[in-house]
Amino acid sequence: MVVAESKPIEEILAMVADFDKILLTGCKGCVTVCNAGGQKEVGILASALKIARKKEGREIEIEEITLERQCDPEYIDQLEEPIAKNNYDAVLSMACSVGPQYIAKRYEDTLVYPCLNTTFIGGALEHGVWAEFCQACGSCGIHNFGALCPIARCAKSLLNGPCGGSAGGKCEISPETDCVWHLIYERMSRLGQLDKMANVVMFKDWTTSRDGGPRKIVREDLKQ
Amino acid sequence: MRLNYPSNIKIINVPCTGRVDILHLLKAVEDGADGVYVAGCLEGDCHYISGNLKAKKRVAYAKKVLEAIGLEPERVEMYNLSAAQGARFAEIAREFTERIHQLGPSPVGSGAKAA
Amino acid sequence: MKAGSHLEKMFAAGHFAVTGELGPPRGADAGHIHEKAKYLKGIVESVNVTDNQTAVVRMASMAVCRLLLDMGIEPNLQMVCRDRNRLAIQADLLGASALGIKNVLCLSGDHQKFGDHPQAKNVFDIDSMQLIATCKKLRDEGKLINDHECEGVPQYFIGAAVNPFADPFDFRVTRLAKKIKAGVDFLQTQCIYNMEKFRTYIQQANDLGLTEKCYIMAGITPLKSVGMARYMQKFVPGLDVPEDYIERLKGVDKKKQGDEGIKIAIEQIQEVKEMKGIAGVHVMAIEWEERVEEIVSGAGLLPRPEVS
Ligand code: SF4
Ligand code: SF4
Repeated sequence: MVVAESKPIEEILAMVADFDKILLTGCKGCVTVCNAGGQKEVGILASALKIARKKEGREIEIEEITLERQCDPEYIDQLEEPIAKNNYDAVLSMACSVGPQYIAKRYEDTLVYPCLNTTFIGGALEHGVWAEFCQACGSCGIHNFGALCPIARCAKSLLNGPCGGSAGGKCEISPETDCVWHLIYERMSRLGQLDKMANVVMFKDWTTSRDGGPRKIVREDLKQ
Repeated sequence: MRLNYPSNIKIINVPCTGRVDILHLLKAVEDGADGVYVAGCLEGDCHYISGNLKAKKRVAYAKKVLEAIGLEPERVEMYNLSAAQGARFAEIAREFTERIHQLGPSPVGSGAKAA
Repeated sequence: MKAGSHLEKMFAAGHFAVTGELGPPRGADAGHIHEKAKYLKGIVESVNVTDNQTAVVRMASMAVCRLLLDMGIEPNLQMVCRDRNRLAIQADLLGASALGIKNVLCLSGDHQKFGDHPQAKNVFDIDSMQLIATCKKLRDEGKLINDHECEGVPQYFIGAAVNPFADPFDFRVTRLAKKIKAGVDFLQTQCIYNMEKFRTYIQQANDLGLTEKCYIMAGITPLKSVGMARYMQKFVPGLDVPEDYIERLKGVDKKKQGDEGIKIAIEQIQEVKEMKGIAGVHVMAIEWEERVEEIVSGAGLLPRPEVS
């Protein structure tokens, strides 16, 4: 899933400093799963903003709506009525950064602000801890690396690791970070595929990655 | 045994402090409470295993939120005591009330409303 | 001959080769280079010029290499993959050749996290293994990565680094073999302190016949003080400084610790010189260039042999 985390409240407070009435929108997709922008987090942020503004003696009105998904135009349509009726100063989105862009596209005259920092494609390691697993390079080759991704998980995206900085299974950038190449080595040795690691892996073609420009997938079979 | 505790404290009963959510704590502050505290069972004594430990983490989170928006984090607190410690309950109530008196009324409430 | 550099000729003539290292300044002062480099002239075959080492911005390696050539010193151009993509790398490689630089050292580069611009975006379009292959393709096929033929084929003596002390240890010799497969001509090792482990490593390389396929230079860095030794032990990932050395430095007066460090370095050189499969030493005395002569001569390696 897309993993995100809340921006610091101070930053969000500064964004809404000039506003008196806002719509705060959450998303029931990935950001609910990673406890960053679901209904519950929307409630907490709304309350925190209201407390802060009461303290300043300038109350803010906040309406809360959590959509099924914000990366799908049909759900974004559901904001039409509240936006038309209420004359909000701005709409804040607690979805991953796709959400605020969809809202901005759909409601052309509305100011839109992101409340999350969208961080990576990853998963939970344990409750409350998430890590990055994929960088969406657009041409997955992890089967060559014991089904572990060196592009997203090696600090230098090396295709011929582990580098000389690998120590005790950890990466040179931090004792908290696993050296994925160490993990690849261990897994390949368990699978009896160490001989594969003796081959030089040649240049990666990055055209399918962000480097090839913004990407789009067109499925003719589904398109209408 | 009847013990006196300050009358400006409003008690909200929950089956277990594990039920207390960050939002409950914030809502209380938002609605004008000068302080909120959670009185949970002693650590290790939770009937539901870890309810009070969860509450402790949520209190810590609420403190961080208050701090981020410029309110004293001391307005939210977690205490642990057992159901048999009536005297301790009264003592905590006085202690916390005293703390809040020192902090003064919350800048959020209109007048020093207590909850 | 691949490139006919002085370093290559020394190896070819069967001499035990010596290289040095120079870190460019964090400024535009060319005088600084002359000052440091003069201590290395005639003492070593060629001098590595680091490339934004430890991800700290310094004068461009290629520019410093040219300054060294002007001084009559042969440079080894270090090149990291952190700061340039394949376009810039190939452009730089071609430019280096045009400037008369013949030895190239291919490195991945330290991550910028601990450098002076941790906010930077890194590149890592290709890795050190692929950089070696790029140099080889340019030289042997006269082609760029995209198979475009070069007008004017560059000649390089291709080097790289290996760290025998990183983990997993059992993979280290395989990685050395990979660098040979990719096309490396000579290798310089990370600074050696744990001789025991290094011996095992070279033994493995000998057993696989790898030491016959490229020239391996043992990395030597003199310890200046107990503090430096401790720092290397604790904070440089993949560097192994045994307690013995620290004890030995502690055993002498604080002012004499540097001298003791030099003595240790000389002993290490004498030790590796006797090892089968070691073709030379790479003396990395960063910010201590003035003591290199003492080390090389102490190890009985001066004067340097003449080759033509
Ligand atoms: S190889 Fe590419 S697609 Fe596959 S996990 Fe890694 S970054 Fe993602
Ligand atoms: S230590 Fe491992 S994960 Fe870190 S950069 Fe080197 S190979 Fe990649």
